[in-house]
Amino acid sequence: MNLLNTFFNVPVLLASLPQLLFGLLVTLQIGVTSILAGLVGGLALALLRLYGARPVRVATRIYIDIFRSIPLLVLLIVVYYALPFVGIRLSPFVSAVAALSLVSAAYTAEIFRAGIEAIPHGQFEAAQALGLSPRHMMVDVILPQAIRIVIPPLTNNCINVMKDTALASVVAMPDLLKQATQAQALSANPTPLIGAAIIYVALLWPMVAAVGRLEQRFAKGRR
Amino acid sequence: MSALIEIANLRKAYGSFTVLHGIDLAIEEGEVVCIIGPSGSGKSTLIRCINHLEPFDRDSRILVDGIPVAPGRGLAAVRAEVGMVFQSFNLFPHMSVLRNVMLAPMRVRGLSADAAARRGLELLARVGIDEQADKYPGQLSGGQQQRVAIARALAMEPKALLFDEPTSALDPEMVGEVLDVMKQLAASGVTMVVVTHEMGFARQVADRVLFMDGGRIVEAGPPAQIFDAPREERTRAFLRAVLNH
Ligand SMILES: Nc1ncnc2c1ncn2[C@@H]1O[C@H](COP(=O)(O)OP(=O)(O)OP(=O)(O)O)[C@@H](O)[C@H]1O
Ligand SMILES: [Mg+2]
Repeated sequence: MNLLNTFFNVPVLLASLPQLLFGLLVTLQIGVTSILAGLVGGLALALLRLYGARPVRVATRIYIDIFRSIPLLVLLIVVYYALPFVGIRLSPFVSAVAALSLVSAAYTAEIFRAGIEAIPHGQFEAAQALGLSPRHMMVDVILPQAIRIVIPPLTNNCINVMKDTALASVVAMPDLLKQATQAQALSANPTPLIGAAIIYVALLWPMVAAVGRLEQRFAKGRR
Repeated sequence: MSALIEIANLRKAYGSFTVLHGIDLAIEEGEVVCIIGPSGSGKSTLIRCINHLEPFDRDSRILVDGIPVAPGRGLAAVRAEVGMVFQSFNLFPHMSVLRNVMLAPMRVRGLSADAAARRGLELLARVGIDEQADKYPGQLSGGQQQRVAIARALAMEPKALLFDEPTSALDPEMVGEVLDVMKQLAASGVTMVVVTHEMGFARQVADRVLFMDGGRIVEAGPPAQIFDAPREERTRAFLRAVLNH
């Protein structure tokens, strides 16, 4: 009974719910913006890495390796706390989105590259032999096939970005986690934290399940 | 009076291994040329150089309808004028059969969707696939897919068609339907360069047969000469080997 009162205190939960939902909204804003920016940036990086001039290929490769190695929390703190020393002062929202997008773009680039490289060489040759420009070859022939392959790993990456938005609370972003810790402090009860955890799971479980289904369907469709 | 395809001193090497040793060849408009020869003799490499799917030596020269085949602006023009049919079809699996045929005329020639669809259906009828226009390549047999690939190449109204062993990936019972389409094309005056192991087809349809070995054209001439009275010992040995099969 005591345990229930501590972790699942219904009055506390109801009282903190509006605050948690506001936090969820902020989390979604950060997450969706970062995912979209990461997708666009990742596709551009993948194309540069595959088809750019040699120095460009090397540069994108270095970028991708660095941003896959750096811990997101470290990057976020550098962006928010270190950049002001050189006069670059970003808001918490922009800092969080910048850090998440920079890293997500690096992962997305590798996913797109693997997808493009999985397309049989004959598809490129057929497109070239028909006289299609490189742009039309990619847009009409290669990418539509590659997208199918990369949907499961891309969805996985989206889940990771959504989870990582919780780190934004360290730069004072009023996201779901931050709201929950504040509500917890206010009510001297951890129920809002449990509430936040449940909301995270409710948000991401469908995506996790979708990846599983997509991967299964993909494995069958390949035969 | 220049030929449609002119090849002069075509050389190609992978590292120290020379695949083509300076080939000279001129193909006239309307001519059907069949290339035969043992595996690894450079047949595919030769025809893939014509539309620059394979890069080749700098001092080599290929002209298609007077346009030099080289990376850059002119290459798109060459590729628009030269169709290619591959051993493994290489249809676009995510598009319907009709879209496969419509794509290049729309994107490269700027045809409207209506005009491209009309031309596409006409060509699919010509190769006997018009009933399947809305199906996807994966739903067709190998022979049907290869006929679609021929229609796709024809849709650009190319000046010449290149075939790289178009029937080698097919089940035996489907070889005939593809060869029949190719015979019709040859009869209608399409310029064709065909790498093939189908000696019957070469004998019946070719104006000229090239026998390649070791990256060189060892012997060339009308089918009657190559098949009935080959002058080179290597040609004789090759024909003995394949015809005794
Ligand atoms: N990417 C490559 N790297 C190295 N050698 C290659 C490469 N591609 C082809 N070759 C070699 O070039 C030679 C000619 O190949 P090509 O494919 O033109 O022969 P082919 O006459 O078409 O043979 P087949 O009848 O087997 O298709 C072969 O010896 C082959 O091993
Ligand atoms: Mg070959």
